Amino acid sequence: MSGAALSSDRGPALSGISRDALILRLGVAILVGWLLLTIAFPLWSLLSKSFQDGDGHFVGLKNYIVYFSTPTLFGSIYNSVWVAVVSTVIVIPIAFIYAYTLTRTKIPLKGLLYSAALLPLFAPSLLSAISLIYLFGNQGLLKGFLFGGSIYGPAGIVLAQVFYCFPHALIILVAALGLADARLYEVADALGTARPRIFWTVTLPGAKFGLINACFVVFTLVVTDFGIAKVIGGQFNVLATDAYKQVVGQQNFAMGAVVGMVLLVPAVAAFVIDRMVQRRQVALLSARAVPLEPKENKLRDWALTAYALVIAGLIVGVLGTAVWASFITYWPYNLSLTLKNYEFGTFDAAAWSPYFNSLKMAALAAIIGTAIVFTGAYLVEKTKVASGGRAIAHLLAMLPMAVPGLVLGLGYVFFVNAAWNPLNIFYGTLIVLVVNSVAHFYTVAHITALTALKQIDPEFESVSASLKVPVWRTFARVTVPICMPAIFDIAIYIFVNALTTVSAVIFLYGPGTKLASVAIVHMDEAGVTAGAAAMATLIVLTALAAKLLHVFLDRFVFMRLQAWRRR
Amino acid sequence: MNKQIDGVSRAGNGSVAAAAPFLRIRNLVKRFGSFVALKDVSLDVTSGEFVCFLGPSGCGKTTLLRAIAGLDPQDEGTIEMGGRDVSHLPPAARDFGIVFQSYALFPNLTVAANVGYGLVNRRRPNSEINARVKELLALVGLSDQETKYPVQLSGGQQQRVALARALATSPGLLLLDEPLSALDARVRLRLRDQIKDLQRRLGVTTIMVTHDQEEAMSMADRIVVMNQGVIDQVGTPSDIYRHPTTAFVADFVGSMTFMDAEIAGPDGVRVGDLNLHCKDAKGFVQGSLVRLGLRPEEVRVRNLDSATQNKIDAKVLSLDFLGSFCRARLNPEAAPGITILADFSANLMRDLAVTEGQKLAIALPPESLRLFARG
Ligand SMILES: Nc1ncnc2c1ncn2[C@@H]1O[C@H](COP(=O)(O)OP(=O)(O)O)[C@@H](O)[C@H]1O
Ligand SMILES: [Mg+2]
Repeated sequence: MSGAALSSDRGPALSGISRDALILRLGVAILVGWLLLTIAFPLWSLLSKSFQDGDGHFVGLKNYIVYFSTPTLFGSIYNSVWVAVVSTVIVIPIAFIYAYTLTRTKIPLKGLLYSAALLPLFAPSLLSAISLIYLFGNQGLLKGFLFGGSIYGPAGIVLAQVFYCFPHALIILVAALGLADARLYEVADALGTARPRIFWTVTLPGAKFGLINACFVVFTLVVTDFGIAKVIGGQFNVLATDAYKQVVGQQNFAMGAVVGMVLLVPAVAAFVIDRMVQRRQVALLSARAVPLEPKENKLRDWALTAYALVIAGLIVGVLGTAVWASFITYWPYNLSLTLKNYEFGTFDAAAWSPYFNSLKMAALAAIIGTAIVFTGAYLVEKTKVASGGRAIAHLLAMLPMAVPGLVLGLGYVFFVNAAWNPLNIFYGTLIVLVVNSVAHFYTVAHITALTALKQIDPEFESVSASLKVPVWRTFARVTVPICMPAIFDIAIYIFVNALTTVSAVIFLYGPGTKLASVAIVHMDEAGVTAGAAAMATLIVLTALAAKLLHVFLDRFVFMRLQAWRRR
Repeated sequence: MNKQIDGVSRAGNGSVAAAAPFLRIRNLVKRFGSFVALKDVSLDVTSGEFVCFLGPSGCGKTTLLRAIAGLDPQDEGTIEMGGRDVSHLPPAARDFGIVFQSYALFPNLTVAANVGYGLVNRRRPNSEINARVKELLALVGLSDQETKYPVQLSGGQQQRVALARALATSPGLLLLDEPLSALDARVRLRLRDQIKDLQRRLGVTTIMVTHDQEEAMSMADRIVVMNQGVIDQVGTPSDIYRHPTTAFVADFVGSMTFMDAEIAGPDGVRVGDLNLHCKDAKGFVQGSLVRLGLRPEEVRVRNLDSATQNKIDAKVLSLDFLGSFCRARLNPEAAPGITILADFSANLMRDLAVTEGQKLAIALPPESLRLFARG
């Protein structure tokens, strides 16, 4: 064979491979170091801060004792739990019927109805609160409907949370109801089971795990959300606003840390339950399950279509109110349109810069975060070096899911701000905001990357080793191009979330790095609701534009670049 | 492990043994947790040989192959390749090409880019690489498919691309892990010949894993029969077929009827009330209990006379038509408890007009009766 000329001498290959393994080990070490630095250490700082006094001396449980013996503080636990329970009880049935409509009926416009329901995901949580204020607040358009009651307080919080949490619950329930095994229904039908009984004995138990999971997710979202309670909570104290008041208002870091620890409890519980549920769910769905094809049922389908249209209309209407209000001259007395609410310079010295800061921050977080997350997931899933290190990296990557943004933000305050920490020069810079956002949204991105990587033939690395091709070459030339769709999913996810988040970044911005979501809170605090609505509108439009661009590129550009996917 | 060393040395009697082994495996052990997947495996493979690892699913064939490649290194034992100890070297420092069951073709690269994947980083001029890729594609009969992507190829074509990619760097050793198992029967038969032919022309030392005994028999110079993490027997296909050293090998390679028997003398065994002559009985102590094995195609029906040994009367219990032959279940009259399988050619079926329920005189040739230790 003439190929003899091409066969390599073994010297370089030998040193090449030790370099291969060395670089991978180094990669795992850097990954673990990064995750420790950006996730574990901040949380540790929070934990230790809650056991220290203002000067950093260890005081045992003293802070906790103070907390639990101060009725105004621990009363917030009751308030938070109460509001969360009511919100959950309201949102789950609504979302369940909506999900049932999308998965188990033959109705038109399913895609549109689903998209409309997901809209709140592209807005900061406090947008729904702002809308409610426009509708039912002191100058509310529909204030008369409250018969003298007030929207500021628990009622407003619950109502706003229902809108904000709806898509989160819906996604989980659509997935759960979508997993039905048609054979169970055929058997039930064959046995002559009545419709309602089929629903109670087959449909509901089948979605049981999804329901449990959705309940915990909504409960946690409500307890840990800061924006809504801040905007519409009035004098009604909840845990999230307490943490803000303690840290930002009173500079009482120790007490803020205690509140943060308390906030961690429901989130960690939800995380653990979600893990358990997912394990059971896998066992539930046998590989031989036959997907359920919904049958036509005129009456049911018409009723549910009407229902879904009403709910979707409410969501679009409520979110639209804030958008509309942002163009209104003087709500509700002069409803002529104007752009003056977008002249932020008239309300706030920062003017438009928060918006551009947010854009810059979200874009950087998306780019840097995607690179780190995907490379990290590759090291975890596809390499065989340093198995202990990879296990630790995976564990750390799963941690942020259990950590509310507010808690992570507090952790960053304590960690980056600490006098002993050489990194404190970054405090208040865009870098910290970017790093914090990457850490905040790490888990979902990590799972997305892992899922994509698991679908790739596990032998690619073996093949490239046998061909003496360095592992990073195959990573760049094969793995990354194949995973491009997932990589863009991750980037858009981080971008949208970094753009809309309030809770984590409210503690971390500095002079010159104020973000749009923070500016909304400030303008609202200053009573410039129209400015807040305008800024929120900008965020929503930007997030939606990014998502639409993604969908467009996915459909029309990447498909063309990926001719190799087509037969 | 006497059996293995025996197998190795027995194989060494052939012409291939003159040269020093290209691959020398000694006392390999591989564990997955507490499960021992390879138990003290030793094996020699001579340069230019085509060796098949044959055994049921889960017996450790892939594990042994991956240990040789360095992809899943062994826990104990040594591997030498071409006189070089590679036991602890990473895959890239060994000299092999590999084809996986899934082929593991890079879906986003064209056929040509896949084949040339290992050549590109060797800093050779493009023209040289292109020429080599063309040569390889011609070798596997895919010259006109260069610019296609893997999804656009049939399973058999993908398989040949994987083969070309593995051969591109002219490795000293070619490893194939069930390369044909994902293909349908007809393509499989054709590719069997093509791979064997290619291997013969290139003279590359090849190890192929398979659980299909027919595939192993038709392709291999030597077969390594594995069972639960150990090598049961090593030998040429006819060797393995005619002289299986264990009941497992006898049963796995071809089929065999087993009967419980007792050694009656230096050349005889007793099965129930039947006394049979048996050449294999010499090595056993009289009175010891053994397993008697007989291949279905060894049962004789024609040309029996008074001098024929081990002639017995049997009843045809059932007949299964299997294409070119019939498999009969026979029940000896003197030993109603046992059933003997026999393969009758279509020819014989016609000449003797065999039917179910019929009585038939058959002979169990003494040289065809194999004895195995019981237990
Ligand atoms: N990575 C692994 N972890 C645990 N057990 C394994 C692993 N790989 C293989 N095994 C076990 O080792 C045994 C041999 O596997 P393998 O070599 O793949 O068998 P085969 O002969 O079918 O190729 C099987 O019982 C298998 O379950
Ligand atoms: Mg195998």
